[in-house]
Amino acid sequence: METANIKLRRSMLFVPGSNAAMISNSFIYKPDSVMFDLEDSVALREKDSARMLVSQALQHPFYKDIEKVVRVNALDSDFGVDDLNAVVRSGTDVVRLPKTDSAQDVLDMEKVIEDIEKDCNREVGSTKMLAAVESALGILNAKEIAFSSPRLIGIALGAEDYVKDLKTERSPDGIELLFARSTILHAARAAGIMAFDTVFSDANDEETFLKEAALIKQLGFDGKSLVNPRQIELLHNLYAPTQKEVDFAKKVIEASDEAVQKGSGVVSLNGKMVDAPIIERAQLVLQRAKLSGVREL
Amino acid sequence: MEITKEAVVGTLESSDAMIQIAPCGEIDITISSSVGAQFKEAIEKVIQDTLEEFKIKKAKIVVKDKGALDCVLRARMITAITRSTNEKIEWKQLI
Repeated sequence: METANIKLRRSMLFVPGSNAAMISNSFIYKPDSVMFDLEDSVALREKDSARMLVSQALQHPFYKDIEKVVRVNALDSDFGVDDLNAVVRSGTDVVRLPKTDSAQDVLDMEKVIEDIEKDCNREVGSTKMLAAVESALGILNAKEIAFSSPRLIGIALGAEDYVKDLKTERSPDGIELLFARSTILHAARAAGIMAFDTVFSDANDEETFLKEAALIKQLGFDGKSLVNPRQIELLHNLYAPTQKEVDFAKKVIEASDEAVQKGSGVVSLNGKMVDAPIIERAQLVLQRAKLSGVREL
Repeated sequence: MEITKEAVVGTLESSDAMIQIAPCGEIDITISSSVGAQFKEAIEKVIQDTLEEFKIKKAKIVVKDKGALDCVLRARMITAITRSTNEKIEWKQLI
């Protein structure tokens, strides 16, 4: 039995690009993706030093086996083009666009990335993109954003700026984010890409973090941006399947493999037809079990 | 490349290094490190290699290291150099 190699992105750990200590050790916590930040967590006078630290870290063997995402500054800032030059040439896997309001924002950045890829002989299209939506306008344009580029691996919600735009603030139950979360999720799924939830910034409040994480998992999100390594294990455990789910998934994959061997186009399990979405779901469950283990109820 | 003004980069926090660079008539490197007993030579090599890479023949460099990795030292050195010259980074040549 083989499980499909689905890239899991349950946890994306934010690492401030100007923090040498965190740059030096964040890989040890084994998030699914490390997200170096050159934007909001970096003071204006340290943009150059952060860019250089991140550039060097991207090339370091420590980060060879982990997905690397870099949140760059916007193209219309003084820093965006230099950020892209540094991180695309240094081999980032994904560029995270901040404050994506429209599909054009994605296309504009994609053009700069493509020019750099050609200039440094990287395969055109090898640098993926992740659009962070952080405004009411961006939410309303989420569908166009999601369909804007084949480079996009997903859309992420940036809640702090979004709630400011709505003239409200975040609450423990997150009711103010429900429309944005649902919209992003539908846009992402319609386009066949991933959806990522915003950060929960109080690393000491595990109970509320877990409530929020359970909510976004139930909504269908693939994962969440994190601000503290302590949140990684909590989140991975939440996303880990139960033994019952794993047992069922194994049966589904066995039935699927058997149907393939028999040359049958129809997969059935216990007299019931198993269609493609159930098989894909089973593969995802087994992939999560492989990485996260099995969750106790 | 010519060092034309003083510059400083980095912090004195653990795993980081503070590097000061200034114009000078020769290469003058001073290193103090919390892990100097083991790694002073390695630190000096990163500093020397970076100076050579940027073809810098004259500079005073003061390194206060708090256990920075080689990639952090190199990043701090490059930033210090670019801050102390009037030249823009050529990414094409650097990476």
